[in-house]
Amino acid sequence: MTERFIQLFKETLEMEDKDVQPSDAFREYEEWDSLGQLSLIAMIDEEYDVVIEGKPFMEIKTIGELIKTIEQLKSAL
Amino acid sequence: MAFQEIKNVVIRGMAACVPEHVEDNRQQPLLGSAEDIARFIENTSIIRRHTVGNSGICTSDLCFTAAQQLINELGWQKAEIDCLLFVTQTPDYQLPSTACILQERLGLPTECFAMQISLGCSGWVYGLSTIASLICNGQFKKGLLLVGDTVTVTKSPLDKSTFPLFGDAGTATAIEFEEGAAGIKVHTGTDGRGYDAIIIKDGGYRHPFSESSLQMQERETGIVRNNLQSYLNGTDVFIFGITRAPQSIKALAQRFNIDLQELDYVVFHQANKMMTEQIRKKIKVAPEKIPYSLSEYGNTSSASIPLTMLTALKEQLTHGKQKLIGCAFGVGLSWGSVYFETENLCCPSILYL
Amino acid sequence: MALLTFDQIGIAGLAACVPSNTIDNLTYTDNFEAAAVAEIVEKTGIRERRFALPGICASDLCFAAAEKLLKELDTDRSTIDLLIFISQTPDYRMPATALLLQHRLGLGKHTAAFDINLGCSAFVYGLSVAYAMMQTGGFRNVLLLDGETRSRVYSPKDRKTAFLFGDGGVAALITRREKAGKSFFSLHSDGSKSDYIKMDAGGYRMPSSPATLEERVVDEYGNIRTDEHGYMNGTDVFNFVLSEIPKDIRQLLEYGGLQISDPDYFVFHQANSFMNDYLIKKMKVPVEKAPSCLAQFGNTSSVSIPLTIVSRLQQTNYADKQLLLSGFGVGMSWASCIIRLSDCLITELVEI
Repeated sequence: MTERFIQLFKETLEMEDKDVQPSDAFREYEEWDSLGQLSLIAMIDEEYDVVIEGKPFMEIKTIGELIKTIEQLKSAL
Repeated sequence: MAFQEIKNVVIRGMAACVPEHVEDNRQQPLLGSAEDIARFIENTSIIRRHTVGNSGICTSDLCFTAAQQLINELGWQKAEIDCLLFVTQTPDYQLPSTACILQERLGLPTECFAMQISLGCSGWVYGLSTIASLICNGQFKKGLLLVGDTVTVTKSPLDKSTFPLFGDAGTATAIEFEEGAAGIKVHTGTDGRGYDAIIIKDGGYRHPFSESSLQMQERETGIVRNNLQSYLNGTDVFIFGITRAPQSIKALAQRFNIDLQELDYVVFHQANKMMTEQIRKKIKVAPEKIPYSLSEYGNTSSASIPLTMLTALKEQLTHGKQKLIGCAFGVGLSWGSVYFETENLCCPSILYL
Repeated sequence: MALLTFDQIGIAGLAACVPSNTIDNLTYTDNFEAAAVAEIVEKTGIRERRFALPGICASDLCFAAAEKLLKELDTDRSTIDLLIFISQTPDYRMPATALLLQHRLGLGKHTAAFDINLGCSAFVYGLSVAYAMMQTGGFRNVLLLDGETRSRVYSPKDRKTAFLFGDGGVAALITRREKAGKSFFSLHSDGSKSDYIKMDAGGYRMPSSPATLEERVVDEYGNIRTDEHGYMNGTDVFNFVLSEIPKDIRQLLEYGGLQISDPDYFVFHQANSFMNDYLIKKMKVPVEKAPSCLAQFGNTSSVSIPLTIVSRLQQTNYADKQLLLSGFGVGMSWASCIIRLSDCLITELVEI
């Protein structure tokens, strides 16, 4: 799942030529902004059929944490 | 469950009025560089917005103009109009109710029910369900639902998270009693936990207006506003929209055995295209069935569903029968979906003030 | 004709809450001389009012009333399918206060909610909307809340209005009730009189600004207020009430197939004792059938009708009584109704 997620993440934020690691703090990417945030939420919803709520989402710092949260939400479905 | 099936009512016509003055996002300094502007437009699809600016035009002026035109084109006698419902968050006054002022301005009789509801983006759906409930027993024969906002007046021109998104509009919907008509089917919901996702902090009675309400403060880079201007938590509203809206439509469809594939159109509240696309995919309706008014008018709050119907579907609504769902969601957080059918709807061209 | 009939919809319970902070009009003399004040009290019949302390809004008064009501009725809150909050003194301009109350009261997310903005006629208008929504069959219960902090609307330095208004909040649970039988409503609006009672600023016709906060002398008597304060033309209002209300009540009774002697009680909007006494006399309503709480609470706008029932008609608690309600005021807007209270809980008055 990690590989696919990173691929989709890069596509969503239009950073296909960058290297993205699970330990990255994604909010520090140059490409990150409020529109990017919304696009990410939409992508997660579409691909994984889960929506991370506002407050918990704001507390997630890294790509790895994103993936973990998605997995948790999916298993709870 | 907040479901309603309200029979014996028909939507006869709709009209809308927008300010003449246009703001073009392609020249909007708040949005940043040319690339940023392009990206904004690609994501939201909002290019132009009609705004009242400093003209002093109020929502009631826009709704009055729309209603006047609609009454004339329908050939309704004013003395026959039993009911006027005005839905807005930007009234002329805190008191008296603007509904009374509109009743007089439109020349409606004093033997007329006139009332104002305060609600935002979901306002047309709630207004429709309320006025339909009043008319369905046949004691009221004809009613006018006036819905709109001068929402741009509540936004800070220095707030990139809100200002480029919104436009102003006033609409009128004519509803009539008709024995045996299928009527409308409604689903509504509320989550007051989200009350501060879209909020004007001062100017009510919780935090009364004072001089400090007008102090512009930088909240974040590119977001400067005062407490009389609204705050919008884009992320929370986005998440809310893409979860609640599809849920509401699916609940409505299931409860009333509506086959979504049989619909002619689904008219969404116009917030941003990315959100609407997400909702569309979840309810699995084809893109051709989703009309938009975003690019020319932006987010017009509670006016958005009727405005979109009039601008994107005028031909189709004017001739023949259509099956539609209107789905609105926003301030509150409040949401609602309504299934209704139209036949040879009276749809005057958009009016300008 | 804005006449409506409903069948088998009724009020299951009614509660009211007022601030405990009491203003004795005779000692409300910061801005006016005691002798003049005593004369005003004599003329208006208003001896006391309740003013919400800072930090308390109309929604808080309604919340307290609603909690009392729902607890005493032991209502399953998930059955409340619609919440309406009536006020011209809401918490915020946006969002509607009903939405906050939906959450505060622990109602379900399936609950529809919105605010109604209308003045002294609004409780009767609100009842007609609640009854109409119930009559369509989709809703199990409607919670109708009506609250006002009119003490904050008017300037304490404007003699014409400083002694009249008070605060309160009510909650009514509307439900299906066979024994309630038929109810009748008559509703009106006359916007040509919209300047009889008005607040110039604070909406979008005259946006709020530093100028709208400036106090100024507004007449030859030296009365002072700002644009963010309400004002009232008492004589015009009085004339309006006398010309329209008796007519409306007669029309309503005829519509309902009833005589003036039929209703057990007449509950008028509580604005002015002289005006109400005149109305009662003109329509030949026995004084004991027309309760009043004006002396104790002042004019609480649309709250006054249900507040009168809770504070003065405890004897209707779980009784079977037919009431004629008549609300009239800012707009100008007026509405009357004939309803049957049957097995309706009337709680004790709450104070916060």
